[in-house]
Amino acid sequence: MTGVLPIALGDATKVIQALLLSGKEYICVMRLHHTTLENKVKTVLDEFQGKIYQRPPLRASVKRRLRTRTIYYLDFLEMKQKNVLFKVGCESGTYIRKLCFDVGEALGCGAHMQELRRTRAGSFTETEGFVTLYDLLYYSDKWRATSDEENLRTIIHPMEKALELLPKIYVRDSAVAAVCHGAHLTAPGILSLETEIKKKDGVVIFTQKGEAVAFARALASSEQIFGMDHGFVAETVRVLMDRDVYPKMWSKSGSI
Amino acid sequence: MQRTKTPWEVERKLLLKAEEKTDVKYGCKPEDRPIKDYVRLGIINLDKTAGPSSHEITAWAKSILNLTHAGHGGTLEASI
Repeated sequence: MTGVLPIALGDATKVIQALLLSGKEYICVMRLHHTTLENKVKTVLDEFQGKIYQRPPLRASVKRRLRTRTIYYLDFLEMKQKNVLFKVGCESGTYIRKLCFDVGEALGCGAHMQELRRTRAGSFTETEGFVTLYDLLYYSDKWRATSDEENLRTIIHPMEKALELLPKIYVRDSAVAAVCHGAHLTAPGILSLETEIKKKDGVVIFTQKGEAVAFARALASSEQIFGMDHGFVAETVRVLMDRDVYPKMWSKSGSI
Repeated sequence: MQRTKTPWEVERKLLLKAEEKTDVKYGCKPEDRPIKDYVRLGIINLDKTAGPSSHEITAWAKSILNLTHAGHGGTLEASI
């Protein structure tokens, strides 16, 4: 299979969990085992939109129990003899190989996945700064040989790019170090936040400069947090920023 | 069945609670990080070719940049 494979470098590996859970888009060639009418194929593909049950295939790296996955959309593109081209937007953890097999069963003719290309993984698509290993090797060598870093910068994205689709909470400089040391976020530390946050949703805490500080779990909705003037608003789950970037500003009660 | 809104179609607005200037002494915009930090806190949007596995490709990227660790987001099967 080919297509979008985001690779996190060094300490950016911490943001991978956001990508692993993010939605994906694929373009796929499914091969039917018998000739079937185009209209029938279209109807059956339509039925697979929404929540589906899926048992991971034999060769899978997860436990093979029945689970539900959401197919956001499944668009028929074209059909030539037994080959069907479609585009699918789906929740992470959807097996397209299995989807093809199941569509084949529903059609009654049987089918398998012939070719697959991922066209999106979370916020990464085939358009922005999409590079090959050869590009990476070339610009990395050039950087070492001539210290020309500009080209290397164009092919590497800041890890924050991977967090684009998650809801963001922007905090004061004075709140950053505390969160970096594992403290939960309190209402006075917040400068702004995005809408559509529900209680228990995963959010990302950002500095005003746009640096990711930590993954957190919201303890209230966007509207509620907006109205709060004290108390915890989000539980820090995973710190992304180095601890010593911003100065410690909290007061130590009892000591000194 | 109907189409469902994808995570990349959700529109979020910004709610402004308070305003404050950020101190230029601490941190910097992600795109202005010194190159070593930029790489260490970077992510590559790689076009995977058919053949090698996602793990092999990640290992190559890691060795090209001389990093101690690297990881990929979502395995893509090796062949076809």
